[in-house]
Order: sequence, then C-alpha cells, then structure tokens
Amino acid sequence: MKITTDKVNSNLVREVEEVSGQKVSACFQCGKCSGGCPVVLTMDVLPHQVLRYAQLGLVDELLHCKTLWICASCQTCDSRCPRNVDIPKVIEALRLLVLRNKGGNYLHPNDLSEKVRRNAPQQGLVSAFRKFAK
Amino acid sequence: MPVVNERFEPLIVAFCCNWCSYAGADLAGISRMSYASNVRIIRVPCSSRVNPGFIIRAFQRGADGVLVAGCHPGDCHYHSGNFFTRRRLTVLKQMIEYLGIEPQRFQVRWISGSEGAKFAMVMNSVAEEIRLLGPNRKLRDVR
Amino acid sequence: MKRIGVFICWCGSNIAGTVDIDKVAAAAGTMNGVVYVDQNKYTCSEIGQAMIKDAIKEYKLDRVVIAACSPRMHENTFRKTVESAGLNPYYLEIANIREQCSWVHKDKEAGTAKAISLIRTAVAKAAMNEALFAVEMPITRRALVIGGGIAGIQAALDIADTGFEVDLVEREPSLGGRMAQLDKTFPTLDCSACILTPKMVDVAQHEKIRLFTYAEVEKVEGYLGNFTVTIRHRARSVDLQKCTGCGECLAKCPAKVASEFEEGLVQRRAIYTPFPQAVPNKPAIDRAHCRFFTTGKCKVCQKVCPADAIDYEMEDRLLTNGYGAIVVATGFDTHKLNDYGEYAYGKHPDVLTSLEFERLLNASGPTGGKILRPSDGKAPKTVAFIQCVGSRDKAKGNSYCAKICCMYTAKHAILLSEKVPGSKAFVFYIDVRTAGKDYEEFYTRAYEECGASYIKGNVSKVFPEGEKLLVRGVDVLSGALVELLVDMVVLAVSVDARADAKELAKKLAVTVNEHKFFTEAHPKLRPVDTQTAGIFLAGVCQGPKDIPETVAQASAAAVKVAAIFSKQSLLSNPTVAEVEQKLCSGDMSCMAVCPYGAISEQVVEERRGREMVTRKIARVNVALCQGCGACTVACRPGAINLKGFTNQQILAEVDAICL
Repeated sequence: MKITTDKVNSNLVREVEEVSGQKVSACFQCGKCSGGCPVVLTMDVLPHQVLRYAQLGLVDELLHCKTLWICASCQTCDSRCPRNVDIPKVIEALRLLVLRNKGGNYLHPNDLSEKVRRNAPQQGLVSAFRKFAK
Repeated sequence: MPVVNERFEPLIVAFCCNWCSYAGADLAGISRMSYASNVRIIRVPCSSRVNPGFIIRAFQRGADGVLVAGCHPGDCHYHSGNFFTRRRLTVLKQMIEYLGIEPQRFQVRWISGSEGAKFAMVMNSVAEEIRLLGPNRKLRDVR
Repeated sequence: MKRIGVFICWCGSNIAGTVDIDKVAAAAGTMNGVVYVDQNKYTCSEIGQAMIKDAIKEYKLDRVVIAACSPRMHENTFRKTVESAGLNPYYLEIANIREQCSWVHKDKEAGTAKAISLIRTAVAKAAMNEALFAVEMPITRRALVIGGGIAGIQAALDIADTGFEVDLVEREPSLGGRMAQLDKTFPTLDCSACILTPKMVDVAQHEKIRLFTYAEVEKVEGYLGNFTVTIRHRARSVDLQKCTGCGECLAKCPAKVASEFEEGLVQRRAIYTPFPQAVPNKPAIDRAHCRFFTTGKCKVCQKVCPADAIDYEMEDRLLTNGYGAIVVATGFDTHKLNDYGEYAYGKHPDVLTSLEFERLLNASGPTGGKILRPSDGKAPKTVAFIQCVGSRDKAKGNSYCAKICCMYTAKHAILLSEKVPGSKAFVFYIDVRTAGKDYEEFYTRAYEECGASYIKGNVSKVFPEGEKLLVRGVDVLSGALVELLVDMVVLAVSVDARADAKELAKKLAVTVNEHKFFTEAHPKLRPVDTQTAGIFLAGVCQGPKDIPETVAQASAAAVKVAAIFSKQSLLSNPTVAEVEQKLCSGDMSCMAVCPYGAISEQVVEERRGREMVTRKIARVNVALCQGCGACTVACRPGAINLKGFTNQQILAEVDAICL
C-alpha cells in the first residue's frame, strides 16, 4: 500500500462524497466508529480506516476489501460520530461503486416478506440488496 | 493627429467601508498592485451607510457601474452593519434589473483590510465586465 | 461661498512620479470654491504643515483639502494642523492620491486624470463640511467587576492597585470560582488554593475594593464613563456584620443537599459556606433547601448562633451604583453529559467527570486527597481517561476544542501515579494539544516518567462489568481493537459558556458568539474589549483558556479600565447620527438596526396649528453612537443623518465623480 499524489488527487473522494452525500474530509480519525462496531472483528479494514483510505484515494484497497460486505449498517458508528459522518452511507457508496462495474441487484424488494419490509431499516434493506448482488 | 485609442473607459463609483475595503484599497496601494484606473472610491464609515439612493444617483449622473464593498459578513467593524447592506442591496439589485439596467453594473463585494490583492483583482474584473457592457445610457437619459 | 485651499503633496516621487502635479494644480484652481492651490514635496513635514497654517491665515481659507496619502495615514496629523490654525478640525478633507492613485496606476495620463477627479470629489465634500465638536463627558471613576473567580479577582486587584475604586460582584456566597475547586495546577503542579486564597484575602482587605458576594447584576444602563448598574443583593439570611464565622450553625443544620462546590460528591447543609477557605468565611442560607423556609419549622441555626446573626426576615435588596467601566469575568459551566449515554456516566458511580476527579485529588475534598472509588472506597489500580467528552463534537457537543483538557488530563495521570503506587493510567485522545510554555514537557513527563499509556482513539462505549468497567475503543495508529477492564473512568468534560450568558449579554448590550461566549471587539487586536465601549472581558467567559491566559487577560482588562479612569474627561466621537425632529415620524426603524442601543424614544411637545401635541421621536445618545450610519438608511423619512458623512456630502461626492 502506498500513498501517491496520483491517488490522493483521484476522483474517488469526490465520487464517494457525491454518491453518499457525506463529507469524507470531515473525519478527524478519532476511531470512535471502529471502537463501537459490533462486527469489527471480522473486518479487514476498520471503519475509521475506510474513511482514511477514502481521504487518501486508496481506491483499489477499498474496492477490494471485505469490510464493505461485512458492515451491517447498524449505524452504531454514525450515532456516535462527533463529526456527523454517516459511515454506513459512505460504505454504501463504496458498494455502489463496486456494483456499478458489475451488474444489477439480485434481490427484488417484492420478494421479501411483508414483515421484513415493514420493520427492517431502509438502509439495512438496501445494503442487503447490494450484498446479494455481489 | 495622433491615433486616438477608441477603447471605452467606464466610470465606476465605488463605496468602500472605512475599516475593511478602504483599508484593502490602501493595502493594494502599499503593495503597488496596479489595477484599472476607472474606479473612484468614496469612503463611508460602514457599507450599511450606503443608501440605495446614492447608487441610483450615481447611475443618473452617468456612472457606468457602481460597486459597494464592505467587510466580510460576520466581520463588520460595527457588528451587524454589512448584514443590513446585504439585505438592502439584494433588494436594490432586483430593482435595478427591473429598471432595465444590466445587473452586472451594480456589484457588491466583501473585501477585508488584508485583501489588497483581492481588491485589485475585483477592480480589474468589475472594470472589464462593465467595459464589455458599454456606456450606461439608461437612467442617464432621464436627467 | 466657501474659501477652499487645496494642498497637493508630491510625497517625493511617490505621487509626483505618476501624477503630473502642475497639471493637477492648474485643474484644482478652476474648481468651485477653490481660492488657493499650493504644492509641496512633503506636506506632512513640519515645513509642509507650516505652509498650510500660513496659507489658512493669509488667504482666509475656511476649508482645506489635502491631496496626499490615505486619510488612514495622516488624517489626524492634518486635523491638528488645521485646528492649530484656528479652524475646526473637521473642515479638513483628504484626497487619497497616493495609495489609491499614484501607487496603483502606471499610466501618467490616467493617473493625472484620476487625481484631478479625486481632488474634485474632496473639494465638493469639503465645501459641505460642517464644524463638528467632540462632547466632553465626565467619568465615574469606579469600576464594576462581574464574577469573583481568578479572572475577576485579578482584574479587581489590578484596578484597585492603580488607585481606583472597584466593586466586585460574585453570585455565590464566596469568592474563588472554578480555580478554588482545583487541586494542583499545570504545568508546575502548584497547589491551586495556595496561590489563590491569598489573592481572595487581598480582595477582601483591599481598601479600594467593595466585595458583594451572593449578589447579581440586575440592570445596566448608560455608557462608557457613566454606567448605572443595579445589583441584586440576594437575601443571605445571615447578617455579615454580626456573624463571626464560628461555624456552629453549619454543624447543627439538619437539612442536607448535594454540595455544588464538591461537584455533588458529598452533601452540605442548607446553611453553608461553600468551602473552608471561603471569603467571606460566613455562611448563607440556601432557602430552597432550608427546613424553616420549606416547612416553616426548625430555626435550629438561630438557636445555636452565639452572635444572633441569623435573620430569616432578610429580603433581596436592589442597590444602584454608578460605574465608569465594567469588567465581565463570569467564567464557565462544565458540559452536561445527558447526550453521552455510551460513557455510562450516572449509571456507574466510578465513572467521574474530570472536575469530580479533581475534588478526589484535593486534600480538602471529600476523600482528603486520596483517590478512592466512590463505589467501594478502594484505590483504583487502572484508570481510563477519556478526552474530548463534549468537545470537538459538532454532532452532540461543542464543535470547539475546550483547550484545557489535554493538559489537565496529563496532570491527572501524573498525580494518579504519585498518589496510587503501581497504578496505571490510560489516556484516550484524538489529538494531544500542548501549546504553551513548558506544556509539552509536562505531557512528555506523563507518558515517559509516570507510565501513562496514550491511546489515539476515542472510546466508543463504557460497559459496567460487575465492580469494574469495560472500556471499548480502538487504537487508530495500529488498527488494533482496545478492550480494557479498568477500575475508574474519568471523562474530560468540555467547557461551556455560562447557561445564562445570553441574558447577561443582553443587559450589558454586548454580543455572544454561537456558543454563547462573549464576543471581543477584534479577534486579534482588541481581544479584551467588547464592541460596547467601556465593557471589557476577562477569562473563560470570552472563550476557553487556562489560568495563565485568564490572569493575563484580566490584567489587560484592568489596564484598559485604568487608562479610561486616568483621563481628565472623555471626548465623544463627533461623527455621530443626528435626528432632525421635524422630519422624524417616530416609527423607530432606526432603533431596530442600531447595534449599540444608541437610539431611544423621546417624547416631544410640538405646536400643530393652534394646539400643542406630544409625539415620540428618535433620540441619539451621542455617547453610545459609534457612527456606522446603518440607521440613516433604515430611516424612511430621511430624518437621521450622519455628521461628517451626511447624505448631502456623499451625494456631492457622487456628483463630482460623475461630472
């Protein structure tokens, strides 16, 4: 892994910020997200590192990491973030970037049971579609 | 007969607040930043002292452009003055358009006392913009 | 017809290099009202000034235009010149043909044309210049200091030492403020009480200082040199003249309530002195919790008092005094932790705020200076310090850095290692900020010599695990997860402005920023002044700062006050707004835009036809008006004008430019 001017100046940060609507540059690396994440033990890149990589344009490392597909979008991180960065949205944006190079969704919302559709959080549903599409 | 340069030189009246923009103009001078000579500065204590009537009067008397410059919003020497300026002159800008004067002829800029370079740049760009518009004929004819 | 003299300066070659002075002089001679034109190599020199004075007398000039450098440079110089020749200083007008002409235009023809235009504009304005006079205002040479913490104490002592009278108002029953609560102070580990209490005693004994404790500012009127302040002296229920401070009542009072001074760690009585070294060391009755005031029965304190000092009939008194200047030193509140459920504060007794921990450290605190867990009274072997609780958190706390927490946490870690042998401190931080003299060295000492482990990463959650606390976080630098079982958690709480800062700001007619800290007049060059002349700031009420900075600002405020009081009288700024009575409609739009509260309503009696009618009009207080002119534009009938920058003058300038 190497940080270079090309990578730092790449379009990734802008793209992720545009898709997610979140300010990646706002993160000051306090690590509160990673500390509280319930699924962090199985992640290869920790949530705070996701933001750091994105800030530095480490595109390949991000798009090929397992973390994107492990994140449960439970939003524990986002509820404690002092910088108001909605990290699940950032990860969702990264998943989208991967999927845009691959193909469409695997699951259709209508395939889900009424109960799941009613009660599951929207972000959770959307990320589930993405994961199945992988 | 010498060849006369026929390039149109607009006349621009600039109202500058004493604490920021007038100081910015002085700084441009101290730093010897050369800029278009079309601008004539009137010193006012605060941009909120600029009555919209003054601006209309300048257009009436044949000014081709009017610039109001004050401290950056939030940095006003008198606290809140430039907030009033911003509101008043936003309304005036619409009225000027309604009168049929090109809105670019009337500009409001925030220039601090440390922005000599910005002052010079603004003077150049405003002068150039108004030069392209040509002479102001609208209200002048009413006179 | 005015007799205007125009003096054109070469400024060596600074002006003469780009502007054809002879041509300008010739043009100036033809301008309306100009009877005399002269030029000089350096007008600001003594010779140049003498020439102006001579010309004024010889040619009977009544207005003077000087075409030279910026008025921001030499306006005052030339005003004095004109004044010494017998003219009103405001008869002078300056055409700025250096900074705004010769220095910025290279083309001589364009420069010359612009210089002529600038002089014509100045001549047009000068013709309409009126004589303006500064009003002399008397000064009340007594200062009011609001707040009796270290900032207020220092300001009061410094003012009093210059020989002027000071009244110090403190809301609590004793002086001392936050500093009195602290144990040691960084970076020297001086004992806080040892350096503070002598100053508190100095205040009480200083012949120039009147100390009002248990009192609050109720109302402020007036302006620089002449404030009128009403102070509410709250009913203390104890006669300070009679009370000897023996403390009998404190021991016998049956009503108990959490002690504010001890951060709620122990209880105090309803009749109480906040702490043992209180000044004055005489109690007050907290009526909200006193058994007699709540139930009507008790009066134990009265029975035991040997001096007969208890007075249940005492009432709040409102006393009004005159002051020439005010120093605001109201300090801070600590951040409320309601939104930080993840740190288990309030859910587990061993999760403490930093100020509570400070009381545990303090020899006069609830544990006598021993660090003991509130839950079981055992000394903690491992302590997690969590930084930035409520600071640098725009989501649910303060977006700003509270500035002092990095340093006091280093202090806590050092003191922990000294007081509990074999203990270990873990400090969770986002960034460690140690800008200050000897601060970095102090921080280094915490981790090099005292064994504190610094972990970069904010704690995500604290779980009570039986007797212990499980702290979960991440070490950002290694990417490793952190799970620590500790005996105690200390939260470095952020610093808030006082909850009622806004109300006080309103009374004083000063402003607060978005975090309710009082706003200084200029962030760099006037950090002690407020926008309201005569009111100064000291300490954390202006923004987070540590003790050395607070003391420095307090002394600075004191000098500002002394500088005002050292003057014979104050001269008002003569370029102020003026209301023309017959045009004023009394709709008071001007009052709404005035940032200084300088405009008020006035009822006037006027003749209308045959009868006399009364109506209200606007009135400008020339002492408060700073001359911004915002009101002149807000006024619909055009009844307010700004002296020195009248509508007529500015229009004349516009006309002269557009000739």
